[in-house]
Amino acid sequence: MSLGPYASFIVTSYSLVAAVVLILIVWIAIDYRRQKERLRELEASGVTRRSGRSAVDTR
Amino acid sequence: MTLIDLANPTKFLSLTARILPWLAGATAILLITGFYQAAMAPDDYQQGATVKIMFIHVPNAWLSMFVWGVMSLAALGTLVWRHPLADVAAKAAAPIGAAFTFLALVTGSLWGRPMWGTYWQWDARLTSVLILFLMYLGLIALWRAVDDPSRAARAAAILTLVGALNLPIIKFSVDWWNTLHQPASVLRMGGPTLDRAFLIPLLVMAVGFSLLFVTLHLAAMRNEILRRRVRSLQIMQASQQAA
Repeated sequence: MSLGPYASFIVTSYSLVAAVVLILIVWIAIDYRRQKERLRELEASGVTRRSGRSAVDTR
Repeated sequence: MTLIDLANPTKFLSLTARILPWLAGATAILLITGFYQAAMAPDDYQQGATVKIMFIHVPNAWLSMFVWGVMSLAALGTLVWRHPLADVAAKAAAPIGAAFTFLALVTGSLWGRPMWGTYWQWDARLTSVLILFLMYLGLIALWRAVDDPSRAARAAAILTLVGALNLPIIKFSVDWWNTLHQPASVLRMGGPTLDRAFLIPLLVMAVGFSLLFVTLHLAAMRNEILRRRVRSLQIMQASQQAA
């Protein structure tokens, strides 16, 4: 597969898309962990939801 | 589970936990297929191999508008029906929409330099998409600036609906004004003008990126629901300590 004289533009475009999508995935995954961790800490300190159900459980 | 059950954040979280792995798998399969088809697509007789940029630029450009459309529906949900998940949906979609719009602008520029001889032109299509990007950033800033989610929700919903006026301007800018950007070649009256060798990889990529949005959006909504639970528990903790 030859990308011709403008290969750098094509490779940069695809690399950028891959990088931004990866950043989005990692950011969302880290945010999920962080929120669950905060909820665990709050529950461990004795604060519970009015319903009595665990705030960490998402199932 | 009925549609009305989804108004309950706990049931929404339960559904999300079940379908997210399947959605992520389907997204990965479609995007890998799309990237392979894009790599194998023939060169265009005018653009050469640079046509490959279209397979990522066009889906991102479509999604930049689609996401704002989703946010506009969510804004109606906030203002009219006061749906508990409407603001969560809008807030979670905004950074993803901003990322797609950024990619549409940058990949467009990287295609424009070799094809048009310039990275940027202040024509109606490019300028209106840049405005869309700035509106995404403005909305994200608004949500971050106001601590109370319910107070931010109403202002953000109104701003989203005002911003939706930009969507037809983006779509029809190439017809209403004389632009350097070419007119629509897929979503147009009379059907697509693209050859199947380009159309099929483009559509596979478009479906793949759309599924990527759905997957990321559901995951970000789940995070936002948890963030609001954290906030409620922190308020409860503060009031218990004060009492």
